[in-house]
Amino acid sequence: MLRIENLSAFYGEAQVLRDVSLEVCAGEVVTLVGRNGAGKSTLLRCVMGLHPGQRGAVELDGRDITRLPAHKRARLGLGWVPDDRGSYATLTVTENLTLPPTVGPDPWSLERVYEAFPALYTRRDSAATMLSGGEQQMLALARVLRMGARLLLCDEPTEGLSPLLVQQVGDLLREAKRHGVTVLLVEQNLHFATGVADRHYLLAEGRVAEAMDNSEVRSRERELLAYLGI
Amino acid sequence: MSGFAQNTFNGLVSGAFYALLALGLAVIFGMLRVVNFAHGAFYMLGAFGAYVLLSEAGVPFWAALVIMPVGLGLLGMALERAVIHRLTKLDPLYNFLLTFGLTLILQDLVKLRYGVQSSPYETPSLLSGSVDFGLFDFPTYRVFILGFAVLLCVAVWWVLTRTRIGMVVRAATERPDLTRAFGIDVGRWVTPVFGFGIGLAGLAGVLAAPMRAVNPLMGADLIIVVFAVVVIGGLGSIFGSVAAGFGIGLVQAWGEAYLSNFPLVSQTIVFVVMAGVLLWRPAGLFGREEAPA
Repeated sequence: MLRIENLSAFYGEAQVLRDVSLEVCAGEVVTLVGRNGAGKSTLLRCVMGLHPGQRGAVELDGRDITRLPAHKRARLGLGWVPDDRGSYATLTVTENLTLPPTVGPDPWSLERVYEAFPALYTRRDSAATMLSGGEQQMLALARVLRMGARLLLCDEPTEGLSPLLVQQVGDLLREAKRHGVTVLLVEQNLHFATGVADRHYLLAEGRVAEAMDNSEVRSRERELLAYLGI
Repeated sequence: MSGFAQNTFNGLVSGAFYALLALGLAVIFGMLRVVNFAHGAFYMLGAFGAYVLLSEAGVPFWAALVIMPVGLGLLGMALERAVIHRLTKLDPLYNFLLTFGLTLILQDLVKLRYGVQSSPYETPSLLSGSVDFGLFDFPTYRVFILGFAVLLCVAVWWVLTRTRIGMVVRAATERPDLTRAFGIDVGRWVTPVFGFGIGLAGLAGVLAAPMRAVNPLMGADLIIVVFAVVVIGGLGSIFGSVAAGFGIGLVQAWGEAYLSNFPLVSQTIVFVVMAGVLLWRPAGLFGREEAPA
């Protein structure tokens, strides 16, 4: 579904991604793990079309989208879940949910979102930034599900959440996967990652250092945790 | 008591002009991240256009009230397409150079043709005279301005908060990159929003013609206070710019009335308030720190 070929990215003079190539198949959940600064978030931004300094190719369903602006990529079915949750302070919770147009074949209705997240329903007319951190994360995920996005780009959706909420995020991603949604996930929490994902890429210094499956991550958990410095 | 009411009313009327101008600056800044230093020049063009239309073509005030904002809005859109949009990727210094340069060009073009002396513009007959409020009476025209400006601000507020276009403008204003990532072509809205802001300035200019001296520099004098208003309200905050507009109008009117023995204070009070607000809230009363994309 998503193919990245020889992708390099720069911040001014500094190169943060070096010839990254990877692939995510339809219906898969794939994580990017790596230390802070390894280039995980930059990779997601490149896929979304939000990082201007890049070289290489990004393909979606066989179509080269490297030159496509972000809003057109979103309309092809990319769902953006940014690391800061992307809540708009000047928009209500409902407006945050309905801002993006529906783009996919199977968008969630607003009713379904509110049924799944009663906490969002009770605060539907409040500014989104008045929600708790966990509620804002649910809002960010619910927003791309309401869009009907086919490929979710999630940047550390579990960061700073309580174990209960982490589990909820996991349930949500697993349910999305059951409905055929593909997910590319930046994640530091290995336990969470192996619980939701099919495969993992380890990024180091801007390169894909290793591709691993769940059993490999589990058997090397200690070593990986030490490497990631967690 | 009636003196106080009179001062308050006059303050609100000046505030109405500040609010209309600051509102346009706020939507333009929000959408384009461009501080339009030429805003005062478009206000002047609105007033001058109304004067020229009346004196040279006999076009009445009411027609000018429609023609000038629409015409200047279109001119604004053309300028945005031609030059302003090039600013987005440049150092903010170019923003200042370009829009300030535009101001000088527009002012001097008007000066070249009409000179610098002020021209009178007759109050439309329907709005001449005054309205009796019991203890005091106010010029009908000023009552009209206040009502019109308040209605306009409420209408803009309604569009911004109750319509899909308004929601998109708010989202794009708050976080342009994020909004693009949600499938919204932010660039498509930039030109009309710029035109709208310029149209508001032109409208304020037409409204000003019958009660202010119409001359090429009228915008330059006003815009300095308007920038103080925008900074106090919070750069890019739409509600803040309107509230601060009326607030500063009041502060100025009260200052002139009750601190007239201290001319230094009454003339600088707006900037004292601005400095105070900035010390207390660096992003302005209703401003927010810039969020990342």
